[in-house]
Amino acid sequence: MSLLRSHAGTDGGRGGERAPTVPAPPGPLATPHTGPARWARDLAMGMRFAAGGGREGWIRTALTAAGVALGVAVLLLGSSVPTLMNSWHGREKARENLGQAHEPRPAGNTVRYASVDTTFRGAPIRGRLVRPDGAHPPIPPGIRHLPGPGRMLVSPALKELLDSPEGALLRDRLDYTVAGVIGDDGLLGPQELTYVAQSATLAAPDGYRIDHFGKSWDPPPMRAPVVLLVIMTCVALMMPVMVFIGTSVRFGNERRERRLAALRLVGADVRMTRRIASGEALFGSLLGLAGGAVLFLGGRQFASVITLWDVNVFPSDVAPGPLAAALIALLVPTAAVLVTLFAQRGVTVEPLGIVRNRPPIRRRLWWRLALPAVGTLLLVPLAWQRPWTDTPLNTIRLAAGSMLLLFGVTALLPWLVDAVVGRLRGGPVPWQLAVRRLQLSSGSATRAVSGITVAVAGAIAIHMLLTGMQAGYTHAYAQSGKLPQLGLWGTSKGWPQTQRALAALRGTTGVTAVRGAIDGLVGPMPLAGRAPARGARATVAVGSCAELRRLARLGSCRDGDTFLTDIPDRDRVIAPGATIDLNAPLAEDDPVAPHPWKIPGTARTARLIAPGHGPGTFSYDLLATPSALDTNRLNGPMTEIKVDFDRATPDAVEHIRNTAARIDPSMNEFSAVDNPHTQQYTSVRNGLFVGAAITLLLIGAGLIISTVEQLYERRRLLSTLDAYGTRRATLGWSVLWQTTLPVVLGLGLALGCGLALGSLLLSMIDSAVIVDWPAVAAMTGIGGGVILFVTVLSLPPLWRMMRPEGLRTE
Amino acid sequence: MTPEGSLLAAEGLYKSYGVTPALDGAEFSIHPGEVVAVMGPSGSGKSTLLHCLAGIISPDSGTVRYGPHTLTGMSDAQRSALRRTEFGFVFQFGQLVPELTCLENVALPLRLNGTKRKQAEQQAREWMERLEVESVHGQRPGEISGGQGQRIAVARALATRPRVIFADEPTGALDSLNGERVLTLLTNAARDTNAAVVLVTHEARVAAYSDREIVVRDGKVKDMLAGLI
Amino acid sequence: MSIGHTLLGLLESGPRHGYDLKRAFDEHFGQDRPLHYGQVYSTMSRLLKNGLVEVDGVEAGAGPERKRYAITDAGITDVAQWLARPEKPEPYLQSTLYTKIVLALLTDRDAAELLDTQRAEHLRLMRGLTERKRTGDLADQLICDHALFHLEADLRWLELTAARLDKLAEAVRT
Repeated sequence: MSLLRSHAGTDGGRGGERAPTVPAPPGPLATPHTGPARWARDLAMGMRFAAGGGREGWIRTALTAAGVALGVAVLLLGSSVPTLMNSWHGREKARENLGQAHEPRPAGNTVRYASVDTTFRGAPIRGRLVRPDGAHPPIPPGIRHLPGPGRMLVSPALKELLDSPEGALLRDRLDYTVAGVIGDDGLLGPQELTYVAQSATLAAPDGYRIDHFGKSWDPPPMRAPVVLLVIMTCVALMMPVMVFIGTSVRFGNERRERRLAALRLVGADVRMTRRIASGEALFGSLLGLAGGAVLFLGGRQFASVITLWDVNVFPSDVAPGPLAAALIALLVPTAAVLVTLFAQRGVTVEPLGIVRNRPPIRRRLWWRLALPAVGTLLLVPLAWQRPWTDTPLNTIRLAAGSMLLLFGVTALLPWLVDAVVGRLRGGPVPWQLAVRRLQLSSGSATRAVSGITVAVAGAIAIHMLLTGMQAGYTHAYAQSGKLPQLGLWGTSKGWPQTQRALAALRGTTGVTAVRGAIDGLVGPMPLAGRAPARGARATVAVGSCAELRRLARLGSCRDGDTFLTDIPDRDRVIAPGATIDLNAPLAEDDPVAPHPWKIPGTARTARLIAPGHGPGTFSYDLLATPSALDTNRLNGPMTEIKVDFDRATPDAVEHIRNTAARIDPSMNEFSAVDNPHTQQYTSVRNGLFVGAAITLLLIGAGLIISTVEQLYERRRLLSTLDAYGTRRATLGWSVLWQTTLPVVLGLGLALGCGLALGSLLLSMIDSAVIVDWPAVAAMTGIGGGVILFVTVLSLPPLWRMMRPEGLRTE
Repeated sequence: MTPEGSLLAAEGLYKSYGVTPALDGAEFSIHPGEVVAVMGPSGSGKSTLLHCLAGIISPDSGTVRYGPHTLTGMSDAQRSALRRTEFGFVFQFGQLVPELTCLENVALPLRLNGTKRKQAEQQAREWMERLEVESVHGQRPGEISGGQGQRIAVARALATRPRVIFADEPTGALDSLNGERVLTLLTNAARDTNAAVVLVTHEARVAAYSDREIVVRDGKVKDMLAGLI
Repeated sequence: MSIGHTLLGLLESGPRHGYDLKRAFDEHFGQDRPLHYGQVYSTMSRLLKNGLVEVDGVEAGAGPERKRYAITDAGITDVAQWLARPEKPEPYLQSTLYTKIVLALLTDRDAAELLDTQRAEHLRLMRGLTERKRTGDLADQLICDHALFHLEADLRWLELTAARLDKLAEAVRT
């Protein structure tokens, strides 16, 4: 028992006191069969060892637990995504009604409803106007009564913004009295900015009548790139965690083997030692399971402050499905035990030590290459088949292909390290020591590094995907955002109102120029007796001579005049004297009565000032003054205004929006002033970096453990080397090289694999393959940082092991 | 009492670990080419004396002189440099770097001194021949016998042509025959190079290879030669 | 050591004269104490009487030492038996050292002192033996080893006894 005790309880008291309670290991003759009871007993014994192993034992157990906890937390988070999206979409579905196919007649239970969304300094604000028809209007979730006229209910986040000094401009825009706060049921997330206000003037066409809240249609599926991104994130997050769980249950393996040898000496058989070892791993992983649950519960509190892809949710939304949670609780500890048993294959614990009856592994290349090759084979056809469509088969192929490619990296790394290190010769002493060490056993180092490799490869691939997607947006926004210009459009309420709007905008702070008109789509008159040939195919703009002059060079102009523009490819239908249909059907089977209008024969040609397509241009076929054409006869006439502003004026955009809202709250805006993608991209990128850094740090911790463990094993040798007058720097450098070599090779492999995967993914979304070198450099930098981190933290134990105490024979 | 012409001498050495004194006013001296056995029961302070003499640890008080140098006043780096260039070491076991080949192990102290690899390995090979272990030069320490390993260790200790060789139970892990062989080779080589050997042992048969012995008991040194005269 | 068996063993390689036997014996085993001719003569006559050797021939000139002896079959068997028979272990209980230690204890003297002195003396002898081993041939080495191990055993016994007695004395005093 003394042997047993000295290993199980290194520092005295506790281990010693426990010893009598540890049952003597039953001899193989006592219980010849292996029943579940023996399993349980041996597992329990292993767990006791893990728990009672003194300070060092606890550190190892804690590290295993930390690794498993992280993995469990990530798994729980991942499995929460479907439920999260369900509840998120569920609340959106419950509070919305985008219009009913057959608009109900006004009644006591109907309400006019309109969407008046706006943006405030880049933050989207969801606004809804209501105007009840009777005493019992429908009420969306989170609200007890609809607000009275001129009053509004706001989300807590919006209330906070309005109450803050920063919200002063917004208070002008949302000119309603705050009558209350919307409850959580009516919000997508705690950060959502939303309000519901009652407007006394809301009318058709801006407001539509509904008799209930809750829409029946399902949200459109996420766009392909986003799905790709989500799948890849899950894969890239899971892989290092799986690698880390695999590594962390092996922490302290050598020490454990020695303890098991001691157990063999007092009569345990081989199978029993395996079960006990599994028990030890199980203990750590059960602790990790509990820790992961705590981490998850604690971490989800941050859900309220995180907004990813416009999704912000309540902490309670982040909950895994019961089946997924049960699977995680069951599979993670099982995996820990399996990894332990796997690590022990080919290792026989004999009473006097460890016998590795496995011949030194000849690292074969072919199956290591097969993994990434199969992965690539799965992915390449997807890249050809453009654009990427989100079918279950594609999803599986993508996930499987990426996983195989990333797994291939972990499989290739040991071979690569062996192949490279085996060819290295000579060099200075520290280099020689490191190289020889790696030649003899590179296993533990490579195992830890493969985690880094997967994390970095995954991060690079995701990052490339993001950058590629982002580059598309950035390009588009750069094009439109060049002009300091804002577009406003809304349903037309007649020329006088439009003119008031133009005047008001001209009087707004920071505005340099305003152009605008009422426009509508026109088409040819339907021929009698024949089906309507085609729908609308030309645009007419209506405005005063003064306003039209801002759009085109007119020459002389009086109210009542009409002009044809010099727009290229103008339809032949648009000609002086021709009769056209102002109420042109927007779809071929649109059953609308034609509103014929004769283009005056006097119509002259005008040259558009900024013809063409794109922001800042006008593509009108026909210009008419208000007296020449009654805008009410147009099919859905729209007011369209373009406002140039001075970038130097602070909040010019917000002032413009305020003016627009004052004239007509249902006015929409199109602009490139706030690029929502930039913000999302930045947060995702930051998250990616933080995630990569944490993973790498964790793996660094694992590397430190294995390095220190290895140093401890050879403290006698280190003391001898110190006696020989070996400089500390020499050994320090050898530790550095020993960490550097596998990490550098791993990072190299990760770069190659990450770039390849990233390129494949980018071609799937039909995007140009762009390598974001600074980001790649940053990832590599983090990897380099890990090397330094490991080396620096390994130095104090190294100095300690070099002390002459190691020379003592006892 | 530093005897005339001594190479390494110590006086009044005190060293304690916690409250127990390991050395309690120990004295020592050795001449070039002399083999001195340090004897005494376990825990008497033999190894501590060796560590102090070799400058591996600093005594709490007392002085250690090596030629014109006073080890006890030197910095850690200076003592390391001295050990690298002037001293050689043989321990009981676990002193060879398991990853390096035997040849590289023998060449290691030379390389630590800055000798070029080729040259260091050439010299190492000569020492291995002399200690009759040339045949295992390409093997790693794990692949050779204990006796061969100790001879590699002796070759390594001798490779830098040290003035003093410190051997702490060098044959403790060997059988009698291998032990004798190692001791014969060690003492012969030391005499040939006029190096002094401090040989810590508790075995009389090993001590018989010395020119004289001292006995450490309770941290005090008894010089039997002085006692006899 | 049985001189008779040793001489018989020397005869196994071939017949020898008496003075040959003495020389061979001295060369291999007699460093400490050379054999007298008389011992050879008396031993050979005893062996002759027992039929373990026979006279192979006598050189002209007479005198006992001129006889040439050869080993008989019985003699060969006897040597084989002798070699196969373990020596009776001799407890050195009556040795002088034992007496000294006991005396030192009885007279309340320092056992460690005695040990150190004795060790120095033993080591002096052992150094001589070690040196002889260094220069001698295999037979020398074997003999010296035998002596060295015995001397070492003495010292170890002394050391153990001294340690025990010191502890005992301490226990008695306190």
